[in-house]
Amino acid sequence: MSEISHEPLLKEFSDAHWDEAACAVIVPEGKARAVAEWLLEQGVDYCSNVTGVDYLESEVKEKINNEAGEEETVTRTEPGRIDVVYHLYSMRDQTGPLVIKQRTSRENAQVESLTPLWRSCELQEREVFDLFGVDFKGHPDQRRILMWDEFEGHPMRKDFVEPFDYEWEPTPHDEILEKHKKGKVIV
Amino acid sequence: MGPHHPSTHGVFRMDVKLDGETVVDLKPVFGYLHRNHEKLAEDMSYLASMPFTDRLDYFNSMTNNWAYALAAEQLVEIEVPERAEYLRVIMAELTRLVNHVSLVGFFVNDLGALGTPLLYAFREREKILDLFEQASGARMMCNYFRFGGLRCDVPEGWLDRAREVTDRFPKFLDEYEQLLCENEIILSRTQGIGKLSRELAISAGITGPMLRASGVAYDLRKVDKYGIYDRFKFRVPYGEEGDCYDRFMVRMLEMRESIQILKQALADIPEGDIMGKAPRVFKPKPAEVYGRIEGPKGELGFYLIADGTPKPYRYRVRPPSLINLTVLRDMCLGQKIADAVVILGSIDIVLGEVDR
Amino acid sequence: MVEGSADLEMTTQNISPGMDLDDKTRAELERAGVIVTRVDFLYNWSRSNSVWPLTFGLACCAIEMIASATSRFDMSRFGSEVFRPTPRQADLMIVSGTVTKKMAPQVVRIYNQMPEPKWIIAMGACAISGGPFKQGYNVLKGIDRYLPVDVYLPGCPPRPEAVLQSLNYLQNKINDQDIKADPAFTKGRRQYPVPEFTGTDLEPPYNPEVWSPPENPNGEPVVPPKKTAA
Repeated sequence: MSEISHEPLLKEFSDAHWDEAACAVIVPEGKARAVAEWLLEQGVDYCSNVTGVDYLESEVKEKINNEAGEEETVTRTEPGRIDVVYHLYSMRDQTGPLVIKQRTSRENAQVESLTPLWRSCELQEREVFDLFGVDFKGHPDQRRILMWDEFEGHPMRKDFVEPFDYEWEPTPHDEILEKHKKGKVIV
Repeated sequence: MGPHHPSTHGVFRMDVKLDGETVVDLKPVFGYLHRNHEKLAEDMSYLASMPFTDRLDYFNSMTNNWAYALAAEQLVEIEVPERAEYLRVIMAELTRLVNHVSLVGFFVNDLGALGTPLLYAFREREKILDLFEQASGARMMCNYFRFGGLRCDVPEGWLDRAREVTDRFPKFLDEYEQLLCENEIILSRTQGIGKLSRELAISAGITGPMLRASGVAYDLRKVDKYGIYDRFKFRVPYGEEGDCYDRFMVRMLEMRESIQILKQALADIPEGDIMGKAPRVFKPKPAEVYGRIEGPKGELGFYLIADGTPKPYRYRVRPPSLINLTVLRDMCLGQKIADAVVILGSIDIVLGEVDR
Repeated sequence: MVEGSADLEMTTQNISPGMDLDDKTRAELERAGVIVTRVDFLYNWSRSNSVWPLTFGLACCAIEMIASATSRFDMSRFGSEVFRPTPRQADLMIVSGTVTKKMAPQVVRIYNQMPEPKWIIAMGACAISGGPFKQGYNVLKGIDRYLPVDVYLPGCPPRPEAVLQSLNYLQNKINDQDIKADPAFTKGRRQYPVPEFTGTDLEPPYNPEVWSPPENPNGEPVVPPKKTAA
């Protein structure tokens, strides 16, 4: 099965860019609906998988050439973000996949919902809303799906703290013993 | 209805609004079996997640293993030996038989034939589970696949026993078809009930037998040709109406095709290794992969993000059961409440996979 | 009756209220075609051989539970014939599979609806302790936090043979019950508080009547950390 080429998409939408490492098209903010509509016209009729990925704020070391032309290692802070990933296929042409990503910040996570175009996003976007706390604009029925309605927090985020469950390792050792000595919670 | 309801498949709840007996609104409620599979998997090594995949869709542990192995094998390129590929196909098709046969049993159970057809189905299922047990040591949670091959070779004489089971299975199917396929009650309860149009099925990402019942012959075994499926001759059955009867029949026919594949695979299987050259420490370079197979319930995919550590950064399961439920409301509207149960049965869900 | 009539005369004199026959005498009587028994014994015997389980599947183990009722394993041989869909008619609850926090209130509610006498088999690692999913944020670490469990059946999932064995254990347990002292007869229908959902967890997190937190190596009970002001 042949992959869907991302080049026509990049040509059509000049501000979308191709992420080589992830093999995905990063869709510019606020244009996801337009991109999806265009893709749908091209016969990409099947959205297989929708999911979120949480990236915490991290420090990245990278080598750059400074003004004097020397190589230098600089540490910069990569802001945290949440990616919403869509895996698209075409059932008509039997091709795929094409991966598109919507990026948003962690604090005010908000992306456009693609449910009006691909119904398959409906439950999966609800799941991303539930577990990652991403607000999907234009989603017809955005509620919690897996956790109960009163639940606070978004468990799939990397910094989610699990509830205390009165659990005790019967034979604490290594890491867990260390944690206990420091008085940290053991779950 | 639910979450504890005798005819629902596991702990699944539907908020149903009725006008007399007619369904006017329906909201499925999920999450009663949300076991945090994805979160747990992000905190353990790649291989340690393998037994957890068994517990996703607990009817089809072999295919779940395969989907995960397929995704992980993309991360580090591992060549899978010939014999292992054949055994994988054999296991996957046996799993398909197990799944479809139990599904048909449960489905007829939902129709009101309490007991008897289910007992027949489970009788056949036990025979295949015996094969699994001899090969992997466990009846249901096989945990048999490894990245780059299989955990161990099948024991001596296993292939003969598998051939025997495969040869006998059509006889059971004949019996079952005779019993059910032209049964008047089944016809009147399933034909024209819960129709799903072709367009909606594609848009809603429906996969597996349910999609094919709606008239789209889209089978990943043909499309992706993962593993060695390009070597086998088989047909892809598909329906026209997209009603419950079609979904039921597509599964019955698929079992016959599975037997065809099994016969070919069991005839051609070569001798040799069953484990490729997999690295001892599975520590892939940063990459993102999506591996998918045609599971018995639909497209089962695994989306992995590696970040250079022995643990996956993101681990996501694309659950066919959950996504097939998207259209439950559309199919049930305007039907009778008793038919809603039949429609749910024909979707073939497993809650371990819906909620993960 | 003809042969044993002499024995019968002899032994009936020995019976006084509140006194049990020894096994030998009882065996002799049975040979003579006379059954002398206690109410306890008869009552427990009939109860233990007509256990009505609830059709209540939660996860993977439910499939093995069904398999144990189907033709190969055939649970009904051991006197557990009818799976009842409604809790009002059942007296054995097989908690088969992972109990999530979202499901826990419903499980307790169903238990409360069951009439006395009632028993619980915690089937599978998940129902016992959370099993492989123990670390999950939505997984209840064992149903015994809320309900009294009679038989723990380990395995992931347990084989149908194990289900049958657990039924045998339960039957032994029923046979040993003293109907005068058993809480099922003295307390009326046991009902346990149904936990409620809160923002992070269930409230209460466990039922102190049936479960208490484990102790850490210093001998202190494990307590939740004090909340620090944000």
